[in-house]
Amino acid sequence: MSKHIVAAVTDLPPGSRKLMTIKGRPIAVFNLGGAFFGLLNRCPHQGGDLCAGLVTAAVTADRPGEYRMTRQGEIIRCPWHGWEFDIRTGQSWCEPDRIQAKQYPIEIAAGTDLVKGPYIAETIPVSVEHNYIVIEV
Amino acid sequence: MKVDCDIHPGVPSVKVLLPYMDQYWADAFVQRGMDGFDMASYPPGAPISCRPDWRLERAKPGTSLAQVQAQALDAFGVRFAICNPLYGGQVAVSETMAAALCSAVNDWIAAEWLDADPRLRASIVVPVQNPQLAAEEIERKAGDRRFVQVLLPSGAEMLYGKSYYWPIFAAAEKHGLPVGIHAGLMYRHAPTSNGWPSFFLHDYVAGSQVFEDQLLSMVSEGLFVKFPGLRIVLLESGVTWLPGFIWRAIKTWRGVRAEVPWVKRSPAAYIREHVRLTMQPFDAPADAGIVSQILEEIGSDEMLLFATDFPHWQFEGDQAVPPGFSPSLLRKIMVDNPLATYPRLQESIA
Ligand code: FES
Repeated sequence: MSKHIVAAVTDLPPGSRKLMTIKGRPIAVFNLGGAFFGLLNRCPHQGGDLCAGLVTAAVTADRPGEYRMTRQGEIIRCPWHGWEFDIRTGQSWCEPDRIQAKQYPIEIAAGTDLVKGPYIAETIPVSVEHNYIVIEV
Repeated sequence: MKVDCDIHPGVPSVKVLLPYMDQYWADAFVQRGMDGFDMASYPPGAPISCRPDWRLERAKPGTSLAQVQAQALDAFGVRFAICNPLYGGQVAVSETMAAALCSAVNDWIAAEWLDADPRLRASIVVPVQNPQLAAEEIERKAGDRRFVQVLLPSGAEMLYGKSYYWPIFAAAEKHGLPVGIHAGLMYRHAPTSNGWPSFFLHDYVAGSQVFEDQLLSMVSEGLFVKFPGLRIVLLESGVTWLPGFIWRAIKTWRGVRAEVPWVKRSPAAYIREHVRLTMQPFDAPADAGIVSQILEEIGSDEMLLFATDFPHWQFEGDQAVPPGFSPSLLRKIMVDNPLATYPRLQESIA
């Protein structure tokens, strides 16, 4: 495992997502209201590009005919066959315990700390004035 | 303690029902000269409607109590057999005539069959054409604990998951009665989803698709969410279409489940919990290996119920169960599963 600096926090505002390749792996990073999550951009079903999917809400109901929308922006639907995944946990909706999108831990670090290393800056220059998204792969 | 979950006593003619009708209907059938309310799905002369060695001379299939006692009850050594009459009231176009025929059949079967043999139990037949009247008929007969189920034909005017039918399921759930759905159509729609077939062969074989449609309707409309205590028994469905159907239902649900968010678990989970199936016919070759593979794919040993489907012609001799069932599984389908499915059977032996 190694830590990679992938973007400045300001480059990925809340509600946005960014696809990048780290150690040869396609990884999608999401900003959900200031919290960052990294998912392998390969659906555990048949490998669809998760990051290209529709970001939506959790649709639930307690009785027939009811539709309740919660957690807007936190569920992604695979563009291939529509399976839903929880961006926060990687869990699938259909079988949360058995089927999960692979997650990568993310932390936010200050530029002042990063310049000391041992982080690997992919393609972005690091400056001491900014905070950065660091992903462990 | 073996239970036969599907036998068919026949109504010989509307004449035997007249004493169980009110004055208006007792007169109306005579004045209009109407009889022969056998269901078009089971023409009395069709091979499926009666096994050759179970045919009666000059009488319709299943119309003799003595014959049912000898050839269905004694021959298979059953402790209980559930009578599922298939008669025109269940499919008539007129709601009120349907109600009159159904209530007469229920009273007739109680008086002339259930009273005559303590091994017999019956389903309440109802005018599904009018769910309110059907629910009232369930209320009227539910007090007689020898009625252990509510019976519906497999094809009606609409799909059974629709809220239009909920009064029937509410009444059944309230009284702890499973709802049996038996092969047989109202013929308000073609028996295939793409039009009318030309031959009986097609009509009967296509029957399993109607069960698939009803099952999907009940799952997707949320019937089992609305009525968590409800049990559905598919009678004479053929059974072995189930594994592929379940697989397809799960696969599709995973992709579009947000359309039906009340379906919280996979369709397979609802089906395994709420649905039971009788074992005649069991559409598979007489090959133990294939049968055990099908059972594994169905994924539950609680779902199957022993039945002969008497007098329908599904098997020869006494081979009512195909090979490939272990002794412990046989016990489940003949005893444990029926008693668990029909609480009223359990209570009468307690
Ligand atoms: S590949 Fe993602 S749902 Fe099939």
